[in-house]
Amino acid sequence: MMPFTLDLVPIWTFILGVGVFLYVLLDGFDLGVGILFGFAPDTRSRNLIMNSIAPIWDGNETWLILGSVGLMAAFPLAFAIIIPAVYFPIAIMLLALVFRGVAFEFRYRDADHKSFWDHGFSWGSIIATFAQGIVLGAFIQGFKVDGRHFVGSSFDCFTPFSLLTGLALVLGYALLGAGWLVLKTDGDIQLTARRYGRMALVGVLIAVAAVSIWTPLADPDIAHRWFSWPNLIFLAPVPVVTAVIAFFVWRSLSGPSEAGPFIGAIGLFLMSYLGIAISLWPMIVPHHYTLREAASSQSTQAFLLVGTLFLLPIILLYTAWSYWVFRGKVRADIGYH
Amino acid sequence: MTQEALLLSRLQFVWVIAWHILLPAFTVGLASFIAFMEGLYFAARRETYLRISSFWAKIFSVSFAMGVVSGIIMPFQFGTNWSRFSDATANIISPLLAYEGLTAFFLEAAFLGVLLFGRSLVPRWVHFFAALMVAAGTLFSSFWILAVNSWMQTPAGYEVIDGRFFPKDWMAIIFNPSFPYRLAHTVTGFYVTTGFVVIGVAAWLLRKGRAADEARTMLSTTLWVLLALVPLQILLGDMHGLNTLEYQPTKLAAIEAHWNREARAPLALFAIPDEKQETNRFSVDVPVLGSLILTHDPNGVVPGLKEVPPDQRPPVAIPFFAFRIMVGIGLIMLAVVIAGNVLRRGGQLYNSAVFLRICEWAAPLGFIAVLAGWTTTEVGRQPWTVYGLLRTADSVSPSLTGLDVALSFAGYIVAYLIMFPAGVLLMARIVRRGVEATTTEGPVEGGRPDLPVIALPGAREEGGRS
Ligand code: HDD
Ligand code: HEM
Ligand code: HEM
Repeated sequence: MMPFTLDLVPIWTFILGVGVFLYVLLDGFDLGVGILFGFAPDTRSRNLIMNSIAPIWDGNETWLILGSVGLMAAFPLAFAIIIPAVYFPIAIMLLALVFRGVAFEFRYRDADHKSFWDHGFSWGSIIATFAQGIVLGAFIQGFKVDGRHFVGSSFDCFTPFSLLTGLALVLGYALLGAGWLVLKTDGDIQLTARRYGRMALVGVLIAVAAVSIWTPLADPDIAHRWFSWPNLIFLAPVPVVTAVIAFFVWRSLSGPSEAGPFIGAIGLFLMSYLGIAISLWPMIVPHHYTLREAASSQSTQAFLLVGTLFLLPIILLYTAWSYWVFRGKVRADIGYH
Repeated sequence: MTQEALLLSRLQFVWVIAWHILLPAFTVGLASFIAFMEGLYFAARRETYLRISSFWAKIFSVSFAMGVVSGIIMPFQFGTNWSRFSDATANIISPLLAYEGLTAFFLEAAFLGVLLFGRSLVPRWVHFFAALMVAAGTLFSSFWILAVNSWMQTPAGYEVIDGRFFPKDWMAIIFNPSFPYRLAHTVTGFYVTTGFVVIGVAAWLLRKGRAADEARTMLSTTLWVLLALVPLQILLGDMHGLNTLEYQPTKLAAIEAHWNREARAPLALFAIPDEKQETNRFSVDVPVLGSLILTHDPNGVVPGLKEVPPDQRPPVAIPFFAFRIMVGIGLIMLAVVIAGNVLRRGGQLYNSAVFLRICEWAAPLGFIAVLAGWTTTEVGRQPWTVYGLLRTADSVSPSLTGLDVALSFAGYIVAYLIMFPAGVLLMARIVRRGVEATTTEGPVEGGRPDLPVIALPGAREEGGRS
């Protein structure tokens, strides 16, 4: 079944890139809400915070499944090398997501053990995010590969650099989560969210700066990519725009703007994401395989593309609709079923 | 890769999938049941249906959460522990897994929020529609994941290049020989499993004299449905067996503990298979019945394990006994359903204490049958992950050590031993609070947001929220 010989690799690169970015944004803000959850002062605000994401978190997490299965479908070689290489961060993330996921239901139904599930929710969110950050760091640093297999040890992925990216992601998601809470709540909770948002922003900027300095120092290829002529000119806007957005986020967190912090935080993520893509392009297994080398067969890509092009717009439509049903500020009474 | 890493990866996989499968076994059926009740309510406007639906929706929300978190773990297993399997088969199975996400998981997730939280926010028909979409999502999910599993059992439509599988014919891949049977038998099994939970709960409510109206409706409708589905399930099982005989003869020989190829084969009701001696140490046989059941012909020829070398045979005792547990449960279920409908004709259905107790005891039977059935299927497929083509031992990730897997496995054991018992207790508590609680309780229950119910514009009267 090879009806056309169109080159599908760029299309899949784009779809997967957008899919992973959507995951980072969507689950990012609800994991971030979970990270901030522990700081909420009382039960009422905890309930409200929880309700602001209860109807939508499941859909957000579905992008994680699509990301992993999409990687397997579009670039199976990368899936088979990278996932075993980050064995422990993945397992830790999954275990953390277990506790975080059931906490949504269990804390309401299980009043006696509420604080256990509350802790499960906030620690689950923090640990899952940290583990994702470690995956990111390990990915940027690259893996030990022989032929089609990862041949290093399952502990290779824990490095000072990956711990730094782990921390950076926790702060980043916290910023997104704060942006969401500013949007969805008012009064005290909103004020608190603004305060923690500013703290997270400062942390994120420090961490992103550290990562941006560390990566080219550690990897001459990446240094060459950014600092050789004329790339320097073309790529200079990336850090400049990032700085402008950071300033905007700070202003809107401090001012009255309700949508500003969330939109700004999305902008910061977009710039960081672009930065990483620029550093690694066109590799999908850094130092070893390009996107094209790791791609699945033409027939596989074509078969999945047909359905994806049809289904993805529909999914985006009804997902948007489900957000719209729960639009506006969360209120205690539209609470739980 | 070491031998310990292989063994532990297998045990870990069995642990996570066995827990996961219990949830679809319940949520697939329950989603359809809730949609059915919502539909009746939408059409007939009887509050009874609304209360039944709201009551089960609460239980559904707990089990669904567990289904989701245990499900997210599954696709990652293919990468973390079975990376060589992934490398070899991804070109074929990954689009099917991706279609599961695209057609099922997003649908369920988006409409579940509306089903559970949105009753007062959307018009009545939209709420019913959401219930339908959630139910459809669970069925789409079963379709794709079972297509994957069936392809691993009876691969078709592929070609092998350099030890990797490549697609040749997608229709043949999806509708591979065992898929229609496996899909029909599994989904019907899920419905039956849920049906027995529903009548078990209804029977308990009746015995306690609570929510009599709702409990009668649940018991009566569900018994009618089961009267059709249980015999259907047995019929489908029989057809599935014929299919296995044709495409996986070695598995079938293991299921029957059959060592030699023969005509007019007996059926072993009970046996102690001895793999070293290649015979059964002890067995209770019924002459000719084996050929009769398996080929529908007394002179039919039944395959034997000795036809393939020992290193291509599955373990014998596990599929043999697991299969008998499943079939035994199927027969018990048939007896229960027939008894119930006989009592119904005598007008004794709701007041026979003995029958109600039997229903309560029978409530978990479906889960045991589902696990037994899958154990038969999967252990009978060994030593292959792709039947006859890719060995389980060649599927595991090469970088793993025994310690790595031991650590992750310990994590999964601890997490599941906390989560699943807690979830079951919470569902039991919802049942104990009963159907009545559904309407009287407002959203204050259990430390929930503390404002009273507020009627929004377009919202319906009380009971609207459960
Ligand atoms: C409520 C659940 C339930 C019940 C009552 C039964 N089964 Fe079943 N059976 C399943 C649930 C199930 C299952 C979990 O859905 C399996 C596992 C894999 C599959 O395809 O379906 C299965 C597998 C399975 C297989 C293995 C197919 C293979 O080779 O992979 C056979 C031959 C049968 N069944 C036959 C029967 C018969 C003859 C039954 C009648 C008494 C029966 N089952 C009752
Ligand atoms: C539907 C999708 C499924 C897929 C793709 C799948 C895949 C696999 C794979 C890759 C293995 C080999 C690893 C091993 O030997 O442990 C395996 C084995 C096994 N699976 Fe499945 N499985 C599926 C469904 C299930 C279900 C629902 C169960 C429920 C209990 C199950 C139970 C088992 C068992 C018991 C083994 C172990 C066999 C042995 O080690 O001897 N599987 N399966
Ligand atoms: C017979 C085997 C299986 C069936 C019928 C099945 C069906 C389902 C269903 C209906 C759900 C929705 C949640 C629920 O209702 O509880 C679900 C969840 C999930 N399953 Fe399975 N499953 C099976 C085995 C597997 C396997 C082997 C995998 C791994 C690839 C898997 C991956 C998932 C994932 C990722 C979720 C979470 C989806 C979400 O976020 O909604 N399942 N499964």
